[in-house]
Amino acid sequence: MQVVLDHSPPAGANVRSGKRTGFLLLSPSVLILLVWSIVPLVMTLWYSVQNYNLVDPTLHGFAGIDNYWYLLTDPDFLHSLLNTLVLVAGVLIISVGGGTLLAVLYDQEFFGRGIARILVISPFFIMPTVSALLWKNLMLHPIYGVYSAMMRAVGLTPIDWLARFPLLTVMMIVAWEWLPFAVLILLTAVQSLDGEQHEAARMDGAGPVARFRYIILPHLGRAISVVVMIETIYLLTIFAEISVTTAGGPGVASTNLAYLIYSRALLQFDVGGASAGGVIAIIIANIVAIFLVRAVARNLEA
Amino acid sequence: MALKTKNSTRIGVTILGWGIALWLFFPIFWMFLTSFKSEVQAISTPPKLFFMPTLSSYAEVFERASYWHFTFNTVIVSVGATASAIALAVPAAYSMAFMPSKRTRGTLLWMLSTRMLPPVGVLVPIYLLARNTHLLDTCTGLAIVDMLTNLPIIVWMLYTFFREVPAPILEAGRMDGATRWQEMTMVLLPLALPGIASTALLSLILCWNEAFWSLNLTSSHAAPLTAFIASFSSPEGLFFGKLSAASTLAVAPILVFGWISQKQLVRGLTFGAVK
Repeated sequence: MQVVLDHSPPAGANVRSGKRTGFLLLSPSVLILLVWSIVPLVMTLWYSVQNYNLVDPTLHGFAGIDNYWYLLTDPDFLHSLLNTLVLVAGVLIISVGGGTLLAVLYDQEFFGRGIARILVISPFFIMPTVSALLWKNLMLHPIYGVYSAMMRAVGLTPIDWLARFPLLTVMMIVAWEWLPFAVLILLTAVQSLDGEQHEAARMDGAGPVARFRYIILPHLGRAISVVVMIETIYLLTIFAEISVTTAGGPGVASTNLAYLIYSRALLQFDVGGASAGGVIAIIIANIVAIFLVRAVARNLEA
Repeated sequence: MALKTKNSTRIGVTILGWGIALWLFFPIFWMFLTSFKSEVQAISTPPKLFFMPTLSSYAEVFERASYWHFTFNTVIVSVGATASAIALAVPAAYSMAFMPSKRTRGTLLWMLSTRMLPPVGVLVPIYLLARNTHLLDTCTGLAIVDMLTNLPIIVWMLYTFFREVPAPILEAGRMDGATRWQEMTMVLLPLALPGIASTALLSLILCWNEAFWSLNLTSSHAAPLTAFIASFSSPEGLFFGKLSAASTLAVAPILVFGWISQKQLVRGLTFGAVK
């Protein structure tokens, strides 16, 4: 910071000095992010081609593609990859589909709308470990949970959701956290819609469905794509919700890629194998990231 | 006739809007309610909606010295990460907003792309680096990681806020002989203060709720509230009263912050793509 204290010449006198100052102000953030984005990445790549186990010092040396081969032929890995995709797709469908409809609903004027909106977006601010345990114990516990009590009240037998449908239940918990996010973003986008256009369409006799289809949806296009991409980045790494509810089980029924890498690295100490999984996670995330960066870049020009 | 349809639609929308809102909020409401029950009331079947409230669960949570320890860690990590990220980001955002070069756009997008790195992809190296530098299970270590993961969002958000400050105001200051430093601290910062405040709030929310690194990089010494709550996943979680009281305390401040700043959060969370 000291460097900008020197009394630089008055404005316009020296453009080059302006450039230098700009560069100096920018460089700390750029440098630190450069290190943060490159060093761990290179290390992951390096470990992924090494035989490296924290508790087995006899195992070392170059492994080539062994870690990848071992991982790609491991049924647990394929299962966890499938679970990851199911989780991401399921939560996206629920949150984006529901979020779009709710955004339109909460754009309507009704009594107490402001408070209702606040209630709807609240789950997004609950920390993941709290929401997971809230659902696991207070809501879905087969004996003491509220949902179980409701099922008994109407004569049904309560279901042990997390034991019988582990992946689906985790999906529901995560969707509960991310639906409010979609509503928050999409509602903001709906509100920026030009009211006159809406009114004109109604004058021309367009019904609510037609207006939704031909005016609201096209307007929401970019906001929806941004929500999809941001959620995907987060959903690829769902961890806490799985860790405190099912611990990936039973078996690997609710293990996703993030949980598999965690258990390989910190429970089995297989640094090489976990790193190979990490590289695969990075590749998947990058495919999504390319699209997100493009969408934001378009906006930057506008 | 038309009026009647409109009225009935309005009633339908009101019922639907409130019904969905109450259903989505119900788990949070129930947690709040359960936190005022005794352990016996908390697991009564059928669940009780009306009961004699008690503060015994809160008393038990407070009694444990460790509760304050976890809260302290969360506050230290969140505030430390946020403050250091903003200190780094303000000059960077100032530079890009008011001294743009032909590389600015590329730099902004590159910063955004660093946010796309999935944490789990670099879990192994970060864990080993933290262990080797003795930063494992320290507030400093967790704060550094939180700061780094949030820095791109913070630079972006500040950049969009700074862009809204009219450049002529800054130029006028410079004409009056203000240095760059004075221009930034005495002209820009007061003008952009609301934007900086909401940026800080978003960062606090994200750090406070961060769970992946908290669970993997801390164990006891630096464990924040997210990790404390996770410890209830053991059979101890069946003490619904205590679980609810601890959870209510852990989420209350952030819930209030979130309610206050929802509009600004949209901008930060979408990198300015939705305003």
